[in-house]
Amino acid sequence: MTSNHAETIQAPNRAANAMRVRIVGGGVAGLTCAHAFAQRGAQVTLVERKAATGQGCSWYAGGMLAPWCERESAEPIIAELGFESLAYWRETVPDVPNEGSLVLAPARDLPDLRRFSRRTEGYEWLDGAGIAALEPDLDGRFEQGLFFPTEAHLEPRKALAALTAKLVGEHGVILRTEEDGFEVSDAADIVIDCRGLAARDTLSDLRGVKGEMLVLYSTEISLKRPVRMLHPRIPVYIVPRGDGHFMIGATSLENDERGRVTGRSMLELLGAVYALHPAFGEAEIVEIGADVRPAFPDNLPRLRRRGDTIYVNGLYRHGFLAAPALARRAAELAFDGTQFPEVMDEDHRQW
Amino acid sequence: MDAINRTGTLADPVEFYGTKVGSRLLLGTAQYPSPAILGEAIRASSADIVTVSLRRESGAAKAGQPGGAPLAGQSFWQLIRDLGVKVLPNTAGCKTVKEAVTTAQMARELFDTPWVKLEVIGEDDTLQPDVFGLVEAARILSRDGFQVFPYTTEDLVVAEKLVAAGCEVLMPWGAPIGSGRGLNNPYGLRSLRAHFPGLPLVVDAGVGVPSHAAAAMEMGYDAVLLNTAVAKAGDPVRMARAFARAIEAGREALIADPMEARDMAAPSTPVMGRAVLG
Repeated sequence: MTSNHAETIQAPNRAANAMRVRIVGGGVAGLTCAHAFAQRGAQVTLVERKAATGQGCSWYAGGMLAPWCERESAEPIIAELGFESLAYWRETVPDVPNEGSLVLAPARDLPDLRRFSRRTEGYEWLDGAGIAALEPDLDGRFEQGLFFPTEAHLEPRKALAALTAKLVGEHGVILRTEEDGFEVSDAADIVIDCRGLAARDTLSDLRGVKGEMLVLYSTEISLKRPVRMLHPRIPVYIVPRGDGHFMIGATSLENDERGRVTGRSMLELLGAVYALHPAFGEAEIVEIGADVRPAFPDNLPRLRRRGDTIYVNGLYRHGFLAAPALARRAAELAFDGTQFPEVMDEDHRQW
Repeated sequence: MDAINRTGTLADPVEFYGTKVGSRLLLGTAQYPSPAILGEAIRASSADIVTVSLRRESGAAKAGQPGGAPLAGQSFWQLIRDLGVKVLPNTAGCKTVKEAVTTAQMARELFDTPWVKLEVIGEDDTLQPDVFGLVEAARILSRDGFQVFPYTTEDLVVAEKLVAAGCEVLMPWGAPIGSGRGLNNPYGLRSLRAHFPGLPLVVDAGVGVPSHAAAAMEMGYDAVLLNTAVAKAGDPVRMARAFARAIEAGREALIADPMEARDMAAPSTPVMGRAVLG
């Protein structure tokens, strides 16, 4: 930050006296920011360059709200943001099944399951019968697993559509699509830049981490909750989307190439779900997709304030898990000048 | 074992293809929680050489136009370059000679180095090297001006063929990649060391804990290459430091000329003439 003291952005002396906020980018970060600012009474315009909101890398998200599972590999701040965001989604959008999540490993990768358990909390060990009690279709397939009962999941596309409708319908947010957020002429007191990787033009330490996913359709198997399959090289998760649909994700590759899905990646993802249950071998491939996650060098999200712009970026694999908690902080930064060193220090892990 | 430089000191560098490096720990760059943690781990390890996988992180340029400048992985590779360490590109995950050769050529262009850690994987479960493909690829690459660091087994005949193919460094496995089992075949590794007394030998793969690395160094290996043991540790930075110390300790122990093991106890203080009490 350029200033060393808290600084409140002045709302102009308008009839409504409302802060005029322009949000640039209609992914999960932009939409949750729109919500947080609107709840504080701001007059919010959200500008999205695509035809609709939620079509960027949020479109390909898994939608797991799993702070404890993420705690295994991510830093504690991610879990902290995750608990807050989990509560947000539960009260904000419909259909957030509170079914928990399940972490499994094939017999030969059980050391990885033990390691996973050592690095987090909030779970119980299950034996084969316990796993079958939760997911009858997995009966007899796994001897040990971890169950995280307090976690949840959502369908990202439906959730963001519901949030968009709520913003427009209940909060008077003005939605402008197919426009460039920096070319619209409406006056704004503050700009919230939620463009993801596109903000690399100003945030030079952003990088892209490619992720590939697919959606399968099968009536032969049902799951109630997300299942993570551990593997030394190819950890995979599968999220039930209802109506026989399953989202399978996701690769994590250090490059910023949008959209090209490789055979190798599909082979790995499909191989892992086939190991989870052979019924997936007969499932129909409904969709394959790829996009690029925006990440800073430490893979942690950031608020950065430069003049009248607040950047909300670097959500990496944790868009749905971190965005609402970051959005609340962004609004408090703008309205109250509150500082959040845990997500604002520009260089707390020097590369 | 005479050819091992027992008179050297830790400050004495290890030499690969005429390049002297101070650290005997070579570190892989995959699977860390974040590039920032990778950077810190490399600093903590004092490693001078890091290996980088091209196959997985390269984008369309690799698939479509092997000769073209790959752009997709730029930011990650730039982060690696910014660390100021020497990059040893690897052909991890390549299963055929052609694939490995193409990847090596791309690496040379991208990192501007003739060095390549050559992997030709022959078996999916153990990631065991395909030693036939390895020798062939080593021959092709050496003729093409590459300086090849082959990831191989401890097999002596394969090692000889690799040397004949032009390799001036050998990197036998300790155990399968990522298994963390340590030195599976100490006898074989000792034989290899004795068979090539003057050749730089690096234990590559299978190392799980620092004592494994120390054991390799005590055995007379010139260096240790590892990745998963650090990247997947709960605290990669601390583990990197632990490995650096273990490798230094093992090297120093080798130079210090350890005692021989014996069957009977040998008192460390004289017993003759000791006062009889009580």
